[in-house]
Amino acid sequence: MRHFVSTRIWHWINLIAIVVLFMSGLNISNAHPYLYWGDWGFSPTQAWLAVPRFPGWMTIPDYYSLAKARDWHLLMAFPFAFGLLGMWIAMLWNGHFRRDIKTTRREWRWSAIRADIAKHLQFDFTHGEGKYNFLQKIAYGAVFGVLLPGMVLTGLAISPGMEPSLWWLVDIFGGRQSARSLHFLCAWGIFGFFVVHVVLVLLSGPVGQLRAMILGGDHQPTNPPFARPAKSEGESA
Amino acid sequence: MSFTMKRRSVLLGSGALMLGACTKVGDSQAGKRFFETVDDWQMGLQRALRARNALAPEYAPEDISPTFRGNGSTDPQNDGYPEHVANGFADWRFTVTGLVERPLSFTLDQIMTLPQRTQITRHDCVEGWSAIGQWTGPQLSTFLELARVREGANYVVFRCADDYTRGRYYESIDMDDAYHPQTIIAHRLNGEPLPVKNGAPLRARVERQLGYKHAKYLTGIELVASLDTIGLGKGGYWEDYGGYQWYAGM
Repeated sequence: MRHFVSTRIWHWINLIAIVVLFMSGLNISNAHPYLYWGDWGFSPTQAWLAVPRFPGWMTIPDYYSLAKARDWHLLMAFPFAFGLLGMWIAMLWNGHFRRDIKTTRREWRWSAIRADIAKHLQFDFTHGEGKYNFLQKIAYGAVFGVLLPGMVLTGLAISPGMEPSLWWLVDIFGGRQSARSLHFLCAWGIFGFFVVHVVLVLLSGPVGQLRAMILGGDHQPTNPPFARPAKSEGESA
Repeated sequence: MSFTMKRRSVLLGSGALMLGACTKVGDSQAGKRFFETVDDWQMGLQRALRARNALAPEYAPEDISPTFRGNGSTDPQNDGYPEHVANGFADWRFTVTGLVERPLSFTLDQIMTLPQRTQITRHDCVEGWSAIGQWTGPQLSTFLELARVREGANYVVFRCADDYTRGRYYESIDMDDAYHPQTIIAHRLNGEPLPVKNGAPLRARVERQLGYKHAKYLTGIELVASLDTIGLGKGGYWEDYGGYQWYAGM
């Protein structure tokens, strides 16, 4: 079960875009580290969250510069947004979405979900049929369906030059400052996915996983040495 | 295993190098020119996606924020500005100069007699915060029509009275925003004369761009063909000294 070439190209372009967007975004956050709900908000007393200041090693550039951070942020927004659009078109076109990410009614049974969670807790990553198990489908579905497009849409909504044409989008998010808060929350959601994603790749045979995502070779995830796979063969088949 | 470890350190190392390179690239001259080109593309793309005169949203009176934050210069002390405040801006002049058939000079009373526009709009600072206020003043296009803009004028430069930390504040917009119906020279905020912290007695409203374009303490506008000879040539105080984008629509 190889990764499509479209998946592989998008994956690495998107990685670069997301890392630069996230780190320059933390620099931008330092300019006014308060988040509000609604249309307006400008002082700490109105904020629902005072965001901590992010140190230089977490930001691009590695010192405080709102101007330069915005340069990087707005530059990388383009490969990120158009890459995501291209990836969605490719996924729908080549069947990757229907075959690998779309869940079936059978998978939503509580017993099936419980079994999948139990397997994950035992670090047992083998699965016979299908590319992804239920939890992976949910994770990728949430990232592709909510968090990544959420970044693009909330980003467009806080852009004053887009608002004359996209005022309805700003309304959907509940105002510009709400859109800005959601932009920040989605970014940390993606960060959370990124951490879990990297940890699971490292645990499930990183060399093979990386080779599969770069060269497209066939790779079945392997279990780490401390995994305790269930005894019955039927579980993983 | 050591092969894996080596490969992993190479990956991590090249990642760290790439991130360090971002700072270096951004600081280089070539990097700056590159980002200016990107700024131009972004303006082109945004404008392609909307009607030329598409309006920024306007709000209801109940949406107005309880106060309107002042930022940047909030109490200029240079070149007689405090004296103007003391005598209620009675001697203030607003001039229209540069590439026009008829250079003009207005007192505040004369500005009040021009057709006025009142709009309740949201102000978005580049830092991220927003405030909503009601602004009143003549449209910039009224001044441009009275002065009759000459062929070849491509930009309106806003001339200001306040010295900020590195010199006199100034800003500029192109004719697309200059003739926009919501681009006004405001003298009232929420029905009251403009407070000093918000740019008394006159400030620009450029509603489809970020706050630093909305120049305060206006002494006049100048029509120019090119921004190269104005200030350091980037079209604004923050563009010259802070590296901000000239087009502030994102």
